[in-house]
Amino acid sequence: MSRIDVNKTYKLFIGGAFPRSESGRVYEVKGVNKKFIANPALASRKDLRDSVVAAKSAFPGWSSATAFNRGQVLYRIAEIMQGRSEQFIDEICALEGLSTKAAKSQVEEAIDTWVWYSGWCDKLSSISGSLNQVSGPFYNFTSPEPLGIVAVFAENKPSLLGAVRTIAPVISGGNTVVLVASENYPLPAITLSEVLATSDLPAGVVNVLTGKTSELAPWIASHMEIDGVDVAGLSKKEEEELKLLGAENLKRVFRFKNANSPERILSFMEQKTIWHPIGM
Amino acid sequence: MIIDGSEASLKKFLSELPPVDQVGVEARTSMLATRSIKTTSKSWAIDLAISMVDLTTLEGADTPSKVKSLCAKAVRPDPTDLTVPSVGAICVYNDMVKIARQELDFIGGINIPVAAVSTAFPSGRASLAVKKQDTQDALDAGASEIDMVIDRGAFLSGNLGKVFEEIKIIKELCGKKAHLKVIFETGELVTYDNVRKVSYLAMLAGADFIKTSTGKVTPAATAPVVLVMLEAVRDYFSITGQKIGVKPAGGIKTTKDAIKQLVLVNETAGPEWLNPALFRIGASSLLNDLLMQRTKLRTGHYASANYVTID
Repeated sequence: MSRIDVNKTYKLFIGGAFPRSESGRVYEVKGVNKKFIANPALASRKDLRDSVVAAKSAFPGWSSATAFNRGQVLYRIAEIMQGRSEQFIDEICALEGLSTKAAKSQVEEAIDTWVWYSGWCDKLSSISGSLNQVSGPFYNFTSPEPLGIVAVFAENKPSLLGAVRTIAPVISGGNTVVLVASENYPLPAITLSEVLATSDLPAGVVNVLTGKTSELAPWIASHMEIDGVDVAGLSKKEEEELKLLGAENLKRVFRFKNANSPERILSFMEQKTIWHPIGM
Repeated sequence: MIIDGSEASLKKFLSELPPVDQVGVEARTSMLATRSIKTTSKSWAIDLAISMVDLTTLEGADTPSKVKSLCAKAVRPDPTDLTVPSVGAICVYNDMVKIARQELDFIGGINIPVAAVSTAFPSGRASLAVKKQDTQDALDAGASEIDMVIDRGAFLSGNLGKVFEEIKIIKELCGKKAHLKVIFETGELVTYDNVRKVSYLAMLAGADFIKTSTGKVTPAATAPVVLVMLEAVRDYFSITGQKIGVKPAGGIKTTKDAIKQLVLVNETAGPEWLNPALFRIGASSLLNDLLMQRTKLRTGHYASANYVTID
């Protein structure tokens, strides 16, 4: 008798747990040759709401962790990802239709991206902060502090690298994240959430939603609790609409050109200046 | 009269109460919790819940300034929206009653009552003389509602007469000046049967309201406990014609929790109890969530905690 494969149910990642969508909906994901691959969850606005609640409660702990500690956690993610390479390569090949070699190089680049941003965590304030000269007996410092909750629309392709290079800089600065995975190629982002769950990343720092970008975008745009958005996965038109709705709470909306740069971290940080009397 | 005032008749009456069907009560509450309240009904329920909140601060670290800012919030829960109703009452410790009363009168909250927790709250471990003095102090300072705790030790050891007498004495002190709420601390009473018994005991002794908990012990106002108390209130009304209020307190933190409580009230005691004179919710952080949900309904956007006060 031949064995029946045990197929995985692809679920959301909210507050460190893997729930199905509150709506009970799923959608079909197909590979290169229109072959059925999986039925991941189709997230609703209530799943988004729950993710924001989880991100909000994770924020005080994550933003106040020492930069050194955050760097270690990011490095740990790279370590765990390395061990799951095969699974990522299989998923990328099936979805994006890449050769094994090309998929492997995408996975390696994703792992290296974690290491790169891990290194940035405790160096950021030295690069972007400053000791300001003022005319008075004060020390005057400026240092970057995280914004709060950032929503990220990962680009469709490269599916894994697109997710990693949008969330890694945001969390390295101490923000917490709601990631809307690539709509057509969501599986690597879901597997990434399993990696995050088994790294030392506290629950709720990264939350992963799969589903229709166009359905979630207006709710993200108008959500008063979300402070910044990376619109890598949105069209120009969707980006304009999001900026309009997001004006209510002055959301910082960014689209980055460079693959990896400290600008990606600093865009979701605010500069805080402190005056301290000399001799006290 | 249901009882003739003697401890023997009280004990006989309470021992003849039917036991609570634990599985049934829990199944009914979880069934009622699935009711979906949306759009206009939700908006109505949120405003009703706001008007039922006993806005509470019972911390050792309470300061006059904190109590004053709480009073401001009680009168105008959302200063940017004048359509939000005022809350049901302010609930504070004894020594803060005067400050709260003066502040409320000063800022236009003359109709908002001040409730004082009393009789050696939260444990109730003091002599009767101390408990009486505690209550008298609160009354003299202008409290119009007294939240007394029962002596759980006496109740659990079967000394029902003592519990009954204490409530009666405090009720006499309150007279017409103040409403009496009796706190059971159901988290310490262990069984639903005890909750039913103590509900009848307090109502017979003269309570105007029966209240689940102090907020200092968990579990506090769980839905099954509130259901048992609402049933007692409903049945007591059908026997005596007297309407007794119910106040769950402790652990009700979200709008969803509050609306579940309102569903319980409507389905058990009836719509007449959907009224701040007969149902209150003891809470502090709940109010912010109610305001955020109200904003969400009004604007269509998810609200942020950055736009409500930290209390």
